This record gives sequence, structure tokens and C-alpha cells, in this order.
Amino acid sequence: MSFEKTLLQSRKRLLQMHFESGVGHIGGNLSCLDILMVLHHQVLGPQDQFILSKGHSAGALYITLWSMGKLKDEDLKLFHKEPTKLSGHPAPRWREEIIFATGSLGHGFSLAAGLALAKKLKKQAGQVFCLTSDGEWQEGSNWEALIFVMHQKLAPLTLIVDANGLQGFGSTKEVASMDNLIDKFRSFGIKVQEVNGHDLTALKSVLSEPTSEPRAIIAHTTKGKGVPFMENKMEWHYLPLKEDQYQEALKGLERP
Amino acid sequence: MRNAFCETLVHYSKDPNFVFLTGDLGFMALEPLQKAAGDRFINAGISEQNMISVAAGLASQGLFPWAYSIAPFIYARPLEQVRNDVCLHDLPVKLVGNGGGYAYGVMGGSHHAIDDYGILLSLLNMSVFVPAFSADVAPIIEKLLKFPHPAYLRLGRDEKPKGMTLPAYAPWRKLLDGQGPVMIIVGPLAGGILSGLQSEAGSTRPSVWVVSELPILAKGLPEEFSRDLERTGHLIVVEEHVAHGGAGEMLSRVLLMSGKAPRKFDHYCAKGYLSGYYGSQNFHRKESGLTVELILKDLKK
Repeated sequence: MSFEKTLLQSRKRLLQMHFESGVGHIGGNLSCLDILMVLHHQVLGPQDQFILSKGHSAGALYITLWSMGKLKDEDLKLFHKEPTKLSGHPAPRWREEIIFATGSLGHGFSLAAGLALAKKLKKQAGQVFCLTSDGEWQEGSNWEALIFVMHQKLAPLTLIVDANGLQGFGSTKEVASMDNLIDKFRSFGIKVQEVNGHDLTALKSVLSEPTSEPRAIIAHTTKGKGVPFMENKMEWHYLPLKEDQYQEALKGLERP
Repeated sequence: MRNAFCETLVHYSKDPNFVFLTGDLGFMALEPLQKAAGDRFINAGISEQNMISVAAGLASQGLFPWAYSIAPFIYARPLEQVRNDVCLHDLPVKLVGNGGGYAYGVMGGSHHAIDDYGILLSLLNMSVFVPAFSADVAPIIEKLLKFPHPAYLRLGRDEKPKGMTLPAYAPWRKLLDGQGPVMIIVGPLAGGILSGLQSEAGSTRPSVWVVSELPILAKGLPEEFSRDLERTGHLIVVEEHVAHGGAGEMLSRVLLMSGKAPRKFDHYCAKGYLSGYYGSQNFHRKESGLTVELILKDLKK
């Protein structure tokens, strides 16, 4: 099966999982699914590590692991059920791919810095990747991490920002004037690259680029990507799908 | 105690898993460790939240990180990082807080740690070590080096009475015999109280125990302590920590649950800033009633 087909199947499975579990956070899962899929299928090697800082996109991570055969359909059925390991935000200490439980924003980049520092001190090969949201950069701890990463020259460490421009109760621009994140990053000295977060070829290319310095990739994404009535709609940060919406969403994914 | 801490860690700094992080503190104290540890001594800057998560990241990869600051900056500022990144994952990050209780005196409330172990022990998997004397620091560090869980080391100022010989370190140590009530003390406060009690007559003098490891659990109670308590029926707990979450509460719970509740219980603890004025560590101890004079006065009522 082509990667594009795998991706479409995964998008459908993500919607199915959220629909069957009756839970939301779909918009932000759809905005980062392409990034997670490209990263896990085409970029990460056995010595590389990944931290999902935007823990509310746990669903996209579970689906990515499912697409790699690391989680089964029966596992996904337990998403948001009980007893489950597939909680709404990643749980600790149950899978090697999930090094840290996350959910409270502003932790992941520091954790990734710790992983990168461990590699440096132990002289171990491998890269560290961390995916944050854009709104998450309102957390002060992220800026502490950025200062630390730059000062310690932690590389290869790649920060990916899922820049969908929307957060829980408004756009990032309205809430905290966070539309100029690139300038802010550059002022801290980190190398910044931009990519269309839904362009699979471009994503693979930029994520696979070797780097000898810390870098930030701003992935421009669309919240609710692939489902026309969800795209760029803030309410899909939280809302669960009703039956008719689920059917409409599936049809939306098939659009050319 | 800080010097004992530094000297001991220098000794272990060549261990391949050793990493020391400081939140920009340790001037005129930790330089020997900085020199000995080389690139394993990292000044993480004034950014405690990041420092704790970085420590968690290091610990997840098999390293053994120590994270050091003035006490409140190591547990209060980065509490969520301690809670989620360290404790939830049960990682062996060692938090070290210098200046437990009112040790930073007139520096003010921001620098005091009178609620540290109560807060930290409400977190999963956390243990607390409170040396009472400088001599306790090395054996505690040796213990911590083999301790595969989160821990907090609360450092203070050594107040060991001159000429006093200490028994070997143990989580519970009986330091004074007496026929009076059973007294439990946490931390360096023990020094001054022991000095003041030594001249008391044995018939009324409390038997004094120093407890250095928390939480207090039923299985950790020494039999001799239980016998002492049963004999006198009067328990006194003294600690430079607020009542809530303190050793007094912990011990009361254990004794109640095991059917060994004493007939009488007195708790001498930190009471905050009653007058609104600030002063030395002893000023604050006095204001909270944490002095041997007051304890003796109460005993003679």
C-alpha cells in the first residue's frame, strides 16, 4: 500500500476511534497526523526518540502506532474507555515509543532537551524530535527550554511546531499575539525552517535533513485537516462527533 | 551541611551516570564539585521548570541526576514538573534543597521552606531525607545513590552540640534517654533541643528520637520507640515545617491506624509569620514556639 493510502486509512481510523469513543480533540489530532505519520514511517530510526509535547493529540500518536502495527484494533477500541492504557493524554511507562506521559503543555521540549543531553553525555547516536502545538508556546517553561537548548548546543534536536493557529478559546493571534513565532524563535538564535505540514514530500525532506545544531520546524497546518466542515474551526479543538457528522467527515476525507 | 554534601558528591562525581544540575546556585560552596564533575556539572540557569524536566529526561536514559537549588526553588517553582515528569514516571531524580525550614532567616518568606516535605510527600513515589547533622549527609547520599525512586534531600545548618557523640546514621535514632514523654524531632532543630534537655533530670526528661526519613510508615517504627511511647503515653513532635503534611500528622495517622495512639500529643511546628516581621532563623523558630525553653516550660506546667 502506498504511504498516501496508509495515511488516508489512518485518518479514517482516527475519526472512527474518536467517534466510537465519543471524544473530541479531533481538530488538533488531524492537524498533526501527517507530521506524526511521516516522522514515524519515514524518518525515525532505531536510535531516534520522539516526545509528543501536545499530549492532547495522543489519538494521532495511537493511530500512527496502529498504522505501524504496534497497536491493534482491539487496543484502539479502548481509547478513552476503562480500564485502558489509551487515555486521553499519553500514559506513562507502558510503551517504549512513549518515553514520557504528557498532557500539561510546556513540558515536552524540556524533556526532549533532557534526552538530547543524555545522548551528548553518553556519546550516543540518534536524534531527538519534539512536537509542540503553537498555542503551547504561551507556556514560559518552553522559553526556558529554548534558552537551555541553545546554550548547551543540544543537537541533533528538532522542535516541530504544529502551527494550526487555533487554540482552546480563540486563535493564537487573538489570544496572545502569537502569530510571529518565527521572529521570536530566531531572536533566541535557533535555526528556523518552515514547511507545509500537510505536504508529505516536503515534510519528509525537511525532517530527514541532517542537522548539527538545534532547529525548529514551523509546520503550517490546518486544524481539522481533511474534514471540510472542521477545517480551521476552533470548536473542533473540543467537540466529539455525532453520527451524521461522522458519516459526513468520512465523505469529506474522500474529496479529491 | 552544604560542604558535607559537596565533598561527598565530589567523591562520587566520576561515576559514569553522575550528572549534577544547579539552578545557578552554589557560589562559594559547590566549586569543588564543579571542578571534579567537569561536563557533568551543568548550571541550568535560573529556570527551575526546565531543569527538572531535563533531569527527568536524563534519568529516563539511565543517568542519575541531582538537581540543586535553594529549597523553595526546587520544589515549589517546578512542582508540576516534579509531579508529572519525575514522580509519575518514578524516575530516580534527586532534588536537593538548601535551607530547609526558616534557614534563610531574614532573607524572607520566598526563601523559606516550611511546607516542602508536606507538599512533596503528597506526590506519588516521593521520599524525603532530612539530615539532622552534617555527619548524616554522607550516609544519606550513599543511600540515595542506590535509591531508584524520586527523592528530596533537605539540607540545613548543622547545630550539633559540642562534644556530642552521634550514633551511626539511621532513619530513626534515639539520641537521649529519659523517663518523660517521647519526643520526635525532624531536622537540625534537634541540635539545640538536645543541648537544652541534657541538663534536665532523667525522671522528667523526654526520650528524644531524631527521624531523618519520611514518610513515616508503620513498618519503619522502631520497637523501642513503640515501647517508650506505650510506657509514657505522651508524644511530642517537633519540626520546622507547618502542621499540615508534617511529621506530626504522619506519625499520628500511623499510630491511630495501628491502635497505638498516645493519650497526649503535642506538636511544635512552623506557624508561618505570626507577627508579620522577619528575622533570623531563630527569630522565626521562637515565634513559632520551636525552642527548647518553651517546650520545657510546657512540660513543667
